[in-house]
Amino acid sequence: MTTATEIEVVDLAVTTRRELNQRLHDARDGGPRSWRIVNPNGAHALAVGIDAELDVVIDGHTGYYAAGMNKHANVTINGNAGVGVGENIMSGRIHITGNASQACAATGRGGLVVVDGDASARCGISMKGVEIVVKGDIGHMSAFMAQSGTLVVCGDAGDALGDSIYETHIYVRGSVAGLGADCIEKDLKDFHREELGRLLEAAGADAKVDDFRRYGSARQLYTFNIDNAGAY
Amino acid sequence: MSDFDPTGQNGTNWHPGLRESYIFDRNTIAEIRRAASQGIYDIRGFGAKRKLPHFDDLLFLGASMSRYPLEGYRERCGTEVTLGTRFAKKPIHLKIPITIAGMSFGALSGQAKEALGRGATMAGTSTTTGDGGMTEEERGHSEILVYQLLPSRYGMNPDDLRRADAIEVVVGQGAKPGGGGMLLGQKISDRVAEMRNLPKGIDQRSACRHPDWTGPDDLEIKIEEIREITDWEKPIYIKIGASRPYYDTQLAVKAGADVIVLDGMQGGTAATQDVFIEHVGLPTLACIRQAVTALQELGMHREVQLIVSGGIRNGADVAKALALGADAVSIGVAAMIALGDNDPAYADEYAKIGSAAGFYDDWHEGKDPTGISTQDPELAKRLDPEQGGRRLNNFLKTLTLETQTLARAAGKSHVHNLEPEDLVALTIESAAMAQVPLAGTDWIPGQSRDGF
Ligand SMILES: Cc1cc2nc3c(=O)[nH]c(=O)nc-3n(C[C@H](O)[C@H](O)[C@H](O)COP(=O)(O)O)c2cc1C
Repeated sequence: MTTATEIEVVDLAVTTRRELNQRLHDARDGGPRSWRIVNPNGAHALAVGIDAELDVVIDGHTGYYAAGMNKHANVTINGNAGVGVGENIMSGRIHITGNASQACAATGRGGLVVVDGDASARCGISMKGVEIVVKGDIGHMSAFMAQSGTLVVCGDAGDALGDSIYETHIYVRGSVAGLGADCIEKDLKDFHREELGRLLEAAGADAKVDDFRRYGSARQLYTFNIDNAGAY
Repeated sequence: MSDFDPTGQNGTNWHPGLRESYIFDRNTIAEIRRAASQGIYDIRGFGAKRKLPHFDDLLFLGASMSRYPLEGYRERCGTEVTLGTRFAKKPIHLKIPITIAGMSFGALSGQAKEALGRGATMAGTSTTTGDGGMTEEERGHSEILVYQLLPSRYGMNPDDLRRADAIEVVVGQGAKPGGGGMLLGQKISDRVAEMRNLPKGIDQRSACRHPDWTGPDDLEIKIEEIREITDWEKPIYIKIGASRPYYDTQLAVKAGADVIVLDGMQGGTAATQDVFIEHVGLPTLACIRQAVTALQELGMHREVQLIVSGGIRNGADVAKALALGADAVSIGVAAMIALGDNDPAYADEYAKIGSAAGFYDDWHEGKDPTGISTQDPELAKRLDPEQGGRRLNNFLKTLTLETQTLARAAGKSHVHNLEPEDLVALTIESAAMAQVPLAGTDWIPGQSRDGF
């Protein structure tokens, strides 16, 4: 038996992914709170569906959907993360020390996802409340159909940023290659400064609030109007 | 409907010389006029309304000298189905081979969802959520509930995944293969807006592509993730709109499906462009054999179960779909009608909104007099979920009895023993699509006639 203060080490060279995820799920009912996972070797669907206040550190690169659909957990990936890291995250935190592939935090509904490096295309696609801070750049089609939540980018953003965006707040420090349909630059008001400042601090990002520009929905496509057909 | 009748049967204003164009008929002319005034395509509910090859074009042969029938009211004819035998720790057991298709809360009222749950549970079958998440009405009243994972992911959350009995990854829908969803502002009530995380009253378009996977290789990994989240307990379905059923079925098997739901172009919808409904996809009849062949070639027929939907109306349709190789069928529009949709008792109210009982398809507008396809609390109150549930149960029982009647006549002790050899086709088209002989011949279009 491990006590709550000890770190439970799981070596994926000897333990199966199924066993790992099952143990993390069972931790809802007690057991170790701190986990260290070694030799992930890019495996998919690691540490998914957790529903407990666990600290999970993954030492190495992860495949698709790492830490997907988690509630309450605090997951650190010491490496790069594959497609859909933190997809549909409900709450808690994910910290990726390397880069994230496409669809980072897609459809996320809560919690905070921090990427120290770059995130690829479709970062925050269909996001529904999650907060995302990317310290590097993000790829094209990011925040596509983003519904709510906040996306902070300390570097540059690719093409078609915020296409068909709803109510998500986007802040970008660097350049934006292009805005998507119905996405416009907006004023940085006090509320936004405060929100941005809080997120930069939470993510440990070394950046000044006033260096960012804010983007959001022009709300022109909220009701279908034939005169807008060319905008789609 | 106008009272103008070009045949002169009951109209007074028709006379010889007034000849309606076959291609510019009154519906076409009305649509051109509507388009010219509104400048936007027509959106509607229901399924394809044009005439298509369908199950009516097939007939059962019944027993004869070489096949003996089963006694109608005595001998057992099983109807139970198990879904999810391939990978799931907890497969689903249905008493009848007819399930209720995914219809979103948002498209349907809470009362309608509850009625579906009640009726299906009485009949021993499942219901399916839809684009808009899981409601308490449905989870509470559906003993077996399939939870859809759609591109929009509205309301998607791990708790509902865990309390579902199966999970259906929606790749496409028969009414609109390649199209996304639509819910117009009138139907985005506070509750719908909150469930979907959207501002109230806007026209909401659901994505047509999944946000975090593209293609079958990604889908395979996505399904692994869902299985990991739910500890490999739940059957995972993949729903496809009929367009390339042979390849899509093989790819769905490769992607790890336990069950494939194949929805033909007659399949219902709550709101889609008319041009999409009527002009994209394959008729249900045309896709079953292709999917079954794909499964057979992989040695997966009956191991990965096939559910067919799109225009199933009666026990004959059910029996024919099963005979062509489906394990079960699914119903949408017929279930709504069983609950009370298009009820002639509301004739006056249908007239007020410019429609008529038997024709009403503007389910996207939220003004449904029967309280089924609406979010208006006053209208929704009209549907009594208990009574609706009983009606649905009656309908499902009838379909099951009809299916058994046909199966017994063909000498089958289980509806799954029905087979293509029990069928003939009335038209060359249906013979080719269903790969059964044209009635009175040994000819199956596309197959060699040697060696009868
Ligand atoms: C009112 C209504 C809402 C629907 N909503 C969904 C949905 O949310 N997700 C989905 O996959 N299919 C949806 N469908 C399609 C059905 O799941 C099913 O494929 C179709 O209704 C089957 O054809 P049938 O109506 O002819 O039985 C909907 C259909 C109707 C009639």
